[in-house]
Amino acid sequence: MSPLKPRISVEYVENATIVTFTDEKILEDNDIAALQESVMSIIEPAQHLNLIFDFGNVQFLSSAVLGLLIRISKKVYENDSNLMLCNINPKIYEIFKITRLTKVFDIYKDVNAAIASLNPAE
Amino acid sequence: MVSNKPISQSMIIASVPSAVSDVCGPVLAELEANNFSQEDSFAVHLAIEEAFLNAVRHGNKMDPAKKIKIDYLIDADKVEISMTDDGSGFNPKAVPDPRCGENLYKAGGRGLFLIESYMDVVEFNEHGNTVRMIKYKQKASQSK
Repeated sequence: MSPLKPRISVEYVENATIVTFTDEKILEDNDIAALQESVMSIIEPAQHLNLIFDFGNVQFLSSAVLGLLIRISKKVYENDSNLMLCNINPKIYEIFKITRLTKVFDIYKDVNAAIASLNPAE
Repeated sequence: MVSNKPISQSMIIASVPSAVSDVCGPVLAELEANNFSQEDSFAVHLAIEEAFLNAVRHGNKMDPAKKIKIDYLIDADKVEISMTDDGSGFNPKAVPDPRCGENLYKAGGRGLFLIESYMDVVEFNEHGNTVRMIKYKQKASQSK
């Protein structure tokens, strides 16, 4: 059996959990199933997570990934956690805009901006 | 170098999701050879992915014994792609707008909307099992 290719990397910064998608293209059912399994393993056991998805490596995705993000967001909110998306390239951002998912997800320019939103200056 | 001769191909492909690369590979290579912009290639790539997966999932009901017929024509000005599945067809007008109401929070239902958003012409045959899509080449002055 060939080893599974890592689909995400996870980093903990301040009070945030940063999930970086490592693939340039996220398309096939297998990619999406592997992503869902990896991300759910982080979300399901935890509550009050500040989850940041970093799309900096992603150059192409299909509507199946949008569906995955919706499923993940439902689980995130069930667990009283927060979900932020960032580093989305302009072509992919256009997909979010056209589908009006910019109204569903909190989208930030980069990881720093997402973290800063969690820790507003007093 | 821009190829002046139109490229026309037909292929019959296994109805499995991974086979979409058999379509995307040659079409995207031809678009590059014909100096289509990156924006055009992105749009056509997205439309092929969405249309092919719709054909596999909804048309052929994930039956790997079924096939998908692809015809494409690429010339200096446009790319035209037709996909036909072995299914019973559907009524595209009955597909709800994924941007409205509760649909916005549903996991599925955005594929056809994206195809229509990114391609210049999208038509279905009467049976509803063939989609014909056209993308006209973006003029150089329109490129970002």
